[in-house]
Amino acid sequence: MDQPSNSVAILLEARNLGRVVNGKVLVQDACFPLRRGEVLAITGPSGAGKSSLLRLLNRLDEPTSGTVYFAGEDYRKLEPRELRRKVGMVTQRPYLFPGTVATNLNFGPQQRGETLARMALEQLLEQVGLRGFADRDVASLSGGEAQRVSLARTLANQPEVVLLDEPTSSLDETSKGEVEALLLRVVSEHQLTCAIVTHDAAQAVRVAQRTLLMNAGKIVRDGPTSEVLHA
Amino acid sequence: MLKHWFTGQLQLGFAQASVTALAALIVVLLARRRGIHLVSETSVAMLRGIVQIVTVGSILVLLLHSPNWIGGIVLAAMIAAAGQISAGRAKGLPCVFPVSTWAIACGAGLIIAVMTWLGVIDTAITSLVPVGSMVIANAMNTNSLALNRFRSEVVGHVGEIETALALGAEPQASVAPYVQASYQASLIPALDSMRSLGIVWIPGLMAGMLLSGARPLYASIYQFVVLAMIFAASAVTSLVSAVLIRTRIFTPAQQLALQAGR
Repeated sequence: MDQPSNSVAILLEARNLGRVVNGKVLVQDACFPLRRGEVLAITGPSGAGKSSLLRLLNRLDEPTSGTVYFAGEDYRKLEPRELRRKVGMVTQRPYLFPGTVATNLNFGPQQRGETLARMALEQLLEQVGLRGFADRDVASLSGGEAQRVSLARTLANQPEVVLLDEPTSSLDETSKGEVEALLLRVVSEHQLTCAIVTHDAAQAVRVAQRTLLMNAGKIVRDGPTSEVLHA
Repeated sequence: MLKHWFTGQLQLGFAQASVTALAALIVVLLARRRGIHLVSETSVAMLRGIVQIVTVGSILVLLLHSPNWIGGIVLAAMIAAAGQISAGRAKGLPCVFPVSTWAIACGAGLIIAVMTWLGVIDTAITSLVPVGSMVIANAMNTNSLALNRFRSEVVGHVGEIETALALGAEPQASVAPYVQASYQASLIPALDSMRSLGIVWIPGLMAGMLLSGARPLYASIYQFVVLAMIFAASAVTSLVSAVLIRTRIFTPAQQLALQAGR
């Protein structure tokens, strides 16, 4: 089997990645590297396979062809739970668990038998602009606040890569701007490697150095965001 | 009125069955006018029901003088049939026939075995098979409810389950709230039966015992005994069913395999 080209700089690498379900091609022959500290946008029209590709990267879905290398190792050799902790995901809808904000932030660490220290929890909340929200019931949160909690919950797992699936698409314009600014700040502070799915070209320009343009399950362009989107 | 027309017990029985079936069909036909189409399903179910119960009655007559261990074989066959019927109510779930059969065998089978050993159920075929069948039938209903509810809960909470998986949760942990919800919901009928005993309904077994001349106080206590057995068997069945099915909806790579439209 081919080995990834440069395991030091490249954190995640898709090799001939594909997924076909009931004869329908969702992703076809996707090959791309994701370098440490890089923010990669995945864009394209509806049904292009953007979210399907993202779900393959943390193995929420199984590839029907190809594989992904994480830190130089074929991710099929890694324990799925450990892979998903390292490759965190923020979904379009936050899907918060019933209870308080603190309960949600503690969910990931608790799966490993750990508890987030109160100071670490407050620090995370401060980073996402929700200082003092720890004991708030998630039912009382606005859409923007819920999405911030979702991001903080993913960060509580201390991931090396964060996959963001249209994290602002269900928010109003004001919340969208706030969450986007927050994402940029958090990514920079945590020196995170990110892949963000967006159908908004302007957002891709604002947040990502590099962009993959997808159509009908295939990557049709891959390069610097300004070149890909203005070609 | 029917007693005047039909003097033989067997003829009277068939006449009573025909009248009640007709009443049920009239209700279903009235429902059809409101767009609820149950005519064919009800007709088939009623026909199956009468054929099956008359067959069992005939077999019981034949088995009346058989050795007691034959009762065990009859109950084992009933458990397999219950597993098959229950599996049909949870289509879309993987391995649903073995899961249902194991769950009913563990729940109903265990309670029947223990209660027979303790002397709560008489070992005579005429007692073991009817009482055992009541326990099995109720365990089957509970299993159907549990699996059906579990499937609905999972399909309705795909986002929450996958979020939990994406945060590093084990498959069992990601579906734990939905296992609990389906378990509780499946036990509602058994609990309600026990709560309403004697107030809302006088069950068939007690009525039968009274009709055959048993003392009313013993008949009522034994009815409670049967309902308690049914509850215990249902609770164990639902628990085993939940434990067996919860991991089967995931792939070996811990991906949720049960999803609507995927």
